[in-house]
Amino acid sequence: MSGKVVSIEEVVGSLSSGMTIGIGGWGSRRKPMALVRAILRSDLTDLTIISYGGADVGLLCAYGKIRKLIAPFVTLDSIALEPHFRRARQNGTIEFAEYDEGMFMFGLYAAAHRLPFLPTYAGLGSDVMRVNPSLRTVKSPYGDEELLAVPALTMDVALVHMNRADARGNALYLGADPYFDDLYAKAADRTYVSCEKLVDTADLLKEGPVQSLLISRAQVTGVIETPNGSHFTTGDTDRRDEAFQKHYVAAAADPDQWAAFRARFLEGDEAAYQDAVRRWQEDGK
Amino acid sequence: MSATRAEVCAVACAEMFRGDGEIVAAAVAGMTPALGARLARSTFEPDLLTTDGGPFLTAEPVPLGAPAGIVEGWLPFRDHLWLVLNGRRHVVLGPSQIDAYGNCNISNIGDWARPKSQLLGSRGAPGNTRCNTTSFWIPKHSTRVFTERVDFVSGIGYDRGAFELRGVVTNLAVLDFATPDRRMRLRSVHPGITVADVVAATGFELSIEDVQETRLPTDEELRIMREVLDVRGFREREVPS
Repeated sequence: MSGKVVSIEEVVGSLSSGMTIGIGGWGSRRKPMALVRAILRSDLTDLTIISYGGADVGLLCAYGKIRKLIAPFVTLDSIALEPHFRRARQNGTIEFAEYDEGMFMFGLYAAAHRLPFLPTYAGLGSDVMRVNPSLRTVKSPYGDEELLAVPALTMDVALVHMNRADARGNALYLGADPYFDDLYAKAADRTYVSCEKLVDTADLLKEGPVQSLLISRAQVTGVIETPNGSHFTTGDTDRRDEAFQKHYVAAAADPDQWAAFRARFLEGDEAAYQDAVRRWQEDGK
Repeated sequence: MSATRAEVCAVACAEMFRGDGEIVAAAVAGMTPALGARLARSTFEPDLLTTDGGPFLTAEPVPLGAPAGIVEGWLPFRDHLWLVLNGRRHVVLGPSQIDAYGNCNISNIGDWARPKSQLLGSRGAPGNTRCNTTSFWIPKHSTRVFTERVDFVSGIGYDRGAFELRGVVTNLAVLDFATPDRRMRLRSVHPGITVADVVAATGFELSIEDVQETRLPTDEELRIMREVLDVRGFREREVPS
């Protein structure tokens, strides 16, 4: 069995501008932030992002990486609105395919099952139909119901962050919610799993029950160990760094403060980020 | 015992769940509807399923902000999205705008193409209003929220095929859609509020006849809110007296 362990830089180096990238997690929860931060440092641009959006979308907006966003919302959960996403929308700098969140899940299911679409009621009658004029409805062949045909959310690459993984690419979550990371992995041509900790295959089930093995190596191209890599969204403790998230939102409100935030946290590599966060936390004590 | 405005609102939210039986109360719009759902379960709607605010269905209605305690079920986001279509769910939404038919907006203010203010996005509102019972909680009743037209139809109203819009609870009143043309009706005003107050704070014409006073909390409901479900007084922060 050849190992699939790669570096953050190798993952981002394998991506190209204009790609469609799905990002796992939900809002400000278990987002593959180490990989997102590496995209910020790269030359990548013109990306189509598929996400139950949170800080991932916010940061990619702040760095002008997104051409088009497909999402039902962008939120930081404990802070309802994402400042960089709001600014990008209000300045008209990104294209936005606004979906209902259940409709979005059916798009992931369709892609994961290699179906062209799945039918649902969610979205019908709403302005989601108005602002996505390419959406089509379909009549049930068994009755009179008219349903929304949600197109498959296919993607070139999926990025997800899991709690544990082995070098083969099997991955496990330890929190109370799997989110939709397995569907992203199945929907994408290539999936990269970052994880809090790499473990031996023999130790996977020492970490959690077999049901928590959410992602199979058959769907995984590469594995990256990034301790605290989902910071400041939820990670191994299922808690987010609320203080840091507040700091992020406050900095986003002012151009000078945002420049200082970028310089302090985002210009170096992942190890530099984690060091800078540790120093920031120590300063606050 | 005399009740505060917040307590009247919480009981009005609880009343939205009357008759629901063994379904999930998803009171995502704020502390008051969460308190209302758990109060309904603690009193007249004991079969209701309630959450800890996260993915756990709790064995008992838990106090606001408290850990789940004994867990009786698991409802991660994917199962919420399934349950919406399944229909055994009653959600309380907190829209930024709502019109006379119950079309509501949580997405953006202004022109969608380049909004004046981008809000959350449509989230689950389109599917929720189309597939399961929906109520609304509006902590600040004003003409900014109750508008002739909403800037974006996130949740659909009765003129667009809503499943069931049970009612609207605000800091001033209780409203519903029990009219022949399913336009919004003023059902009751909270103690100390007049019909004229509600009309002045509403940006469209309301159906008004036979307006009652909102039911007051019973002593038992007050005791449960004050001593069990909301000892820390979250309700008073959301609806100041």
